[in-house]
Amino acid sequence: MNPFVRVSAIATKELLQLKRDKMTFGMIVMIPLIQLLLFGFAINTNVRHLPVGVVDYSHSGLSRVLIQTIEATQVVTFTRHFTNLPEAEQAIASAEVRAVLIIPSDVSQRLVRNPSVGLGSPPASDAETSRPVAQWLVDGSDTIIAGAIKGLRRMPLVELLDKPANRQTPTFEVTLLYNPEQRTVVNIVPGLAAVILTMTMIMFTSAAIVRERERGNMEMLITTPVRPIELMIGKILPYIFIGAIQVVIILGLGFLLFNVPVNGSLLQLALATLLFITASLTLGLIISTIAKSQLQSMQMTIFVLLPSILLSGFMFPYEGMPLAAQYIAEALPATHFMRLIRGVVLKDVEIINMAPDIYWLGLFTLGGLAVASIRFKKRLD
Amino acid sequence: MTGQSASYAIRAEKLSRRFGDTLAVQDLDLEVETGRIYGFLGPNGCGKTTTIRMLTGLLQPSNGRVEVLGCNLPEDAEKLRLQIGYMTQKFSLYDDLTIEENLKFIAHIYGLTARARKQRIEELLSIYGLQEKSKQFAGSMSGGQRQRLSLAAATLHKPKLLFLDEPTSAVDPENRREFWEQLFDLSDQGTSILVSTHYMDEAERCHKLAILENGIKRADGSPDELMQQMGSRVVEISSSELRSLKQTLIALPEIISAAQLGARLRVLVKDSVDDPIGFLSQQPSVKPEDQLNLVRPSLEDVFVTCTGVRADSGRQQS
Repeated sequence: MNPFVRVSAIATKELLQLKRDKMTFGMIVMIPLIQLLLFGFAINTNVRHLPVGVVDYSHSGLSRVLIQTIEATQVVTFTRHFTNLPEAEQAIASAEVRAVLIIPSDVSQRLVRNPSVGLGSPPASDAETSRPVAQWLVDGSDTIIAGAIKGLRRMPLVELLDKPANRQTPTFEVTLLYNPEQRTVVNIVPGLAAVILTMTMIMFTSAAIVRERERGNMEMLITTPVRPIELMIGKILPYIFIGAIQVVIILGLGFLLFNVPVNGSLLQLALATLLFITASLTLGLIISTIAKSQLQSMQMTIFVLLPSILLSGFMFPYEGMPLAAQYIAEALPATHFMRLIRGVVLKDVEIINMAPDIYWLGLFTLGGLAVASIRFKKRLD
Repeated sequence: MTGQSASYAIRAEKLSRRFGDTLAVQDLDLEVETGRIYGFLGPNGCGKTTTIRMLTGLLQPSNGRVEVLGCNLPEDAEKLRLQIGYMTQKFSLYDDLTIEENLKFIAHIYGLTARARKQRIEELLSIYGLQEKSKQFAGSMSGGQRQRLSLAAATLHKPKLLFLDEPTSAVDPENRREFWEQLFDLSDQGTSILVSTHYMDEAERCHKLAILENGIKRADGSPDELMQQMGSRVVEISSSELRSLKQTLIALPEIISAAQLGARLRVLVKDSVDDPIGFLSQQPSVKPEDQLNLVRPSLEDVFVTCTGVRADSGRQQS
């Protein structure tokens, strides 16, 4: 008898059941739509307008100009004035402000002699002249915020004294490829496609087998002539199309709303995506053969989902992680797809040049299908 | 096994199944003839479902050998699947699919061609009176409709052997009678049927039956044989004080059981007593004006004699 017939019987039945489940059907479109809008606008690693305070011991016109110059960078906004240091530290502790600028009473003398102002060049050894103009007290617990304030350390102060610029020649010249405007959303949109697919694909199939068991259909299903591998493939097929729809929604909206173009070939993108979708679906199937209830399958999905978000390179650079974490990340399909989709969408890479990632996704799918089929027994004991 | 096995749909020898420390089925010998309706009669938890699952290849026996339709289990379980139909005790089709969709799925998975599928489904809908309901979701149907749908699904691929696990437990008496008519139709067409039940009236309809208790076969044979070979005789006593009479009689070692039926007490007396009427009349608790009659045994009497318990004890219904 033809195995394709049985696969198509299972797939047809899955599609029918999916069509009946209006909520799930709606989520197929709503999850990528809402998440993309939410994260596309919300996630931004370029820090702007941090609320900060100031303790001004000089009370001079110069200190007020200094404050305005700093605000002009848009990195910070001065929201509070404190009269003394303890008050300011209290405000940092309660997260009212993220940092406090302490302007000393002798700020004008310090400013005049500061090399960045460029009034002559006094010898560097002179302790008197190398003193900074003022001090920042920063909430260092958040490294991104600390980094943003640290960036202010070498802020030019020329406008302050209305003097012509005395730009130092930089040590390095930096050319930013692929995302010259440094918009976070350019990196987020393709990454989000990987994260959303991981979530929805694993979730769909992780419940697939266990649901048959929970609803009491398993006893009937295993008395039919369907083979385990046919059941597995039949369960996966309908969701491949759903995954494809979700990718189209994410990348389409990414282009329309956030102006993130697909630079690479659509065919190569489709191939990489297809491989990732099947890999994620098989991962869900394996979960489904292990879980005893739908609740358990949901918990295991989350267990896989979190590292897929945090270790895959979506949030933090892969290279910054310790070796052990990199090994874990390598095992996850999301890590490989993250590289592939960012490569194709942002850099127009030929996927043949990223062969290891392609191979891993393919092997993961085949291996996963084998494991799920072997684990699935057509028996009740 | 021997060539003689062709006339047997099922043959099992010393079939046992252990779950942890408990023996669900113990040394069960079974011979089900081709084309007959064979019944498993027994209370809940007596091993009916476990036995059926072993005979369908869904459970591996801990011991013993099984041959079903010439296939040795569990090795040939896959080959057997195309030839048997199994109607599970709990409804196991899809609640969120319609009657027609459920049948289409089964027809599809058994590999019927599109044309054969359509024809067979129409045929089944008409046999089981489901044409008008064909677009209705299985989850919203009554017990009787679900049961007919389950039978239609189990017989869709025209199996030679049909297993029915308590098929009528959620069905009213009228539907039950109709259901049995359909079983006799199938049997008439040559299908062998194994059905489990805890209803006496259903068991009486079987060609042959086995009485199971705690995983052990207590007796088997045709209902008539069982009633004739029963190791006791039945006396009905009409008396004014049945409750106290029952208590005193049941304490006697010669009495197997005493059950009240309205104004009468049905007493099972062991065969070792030559004259049951005389024996009972001599009892001081039996008054001279009480009427004693020897009556024809029923299957329930057989069951009580075999097991010492009523088949439906522990059941709220029936």
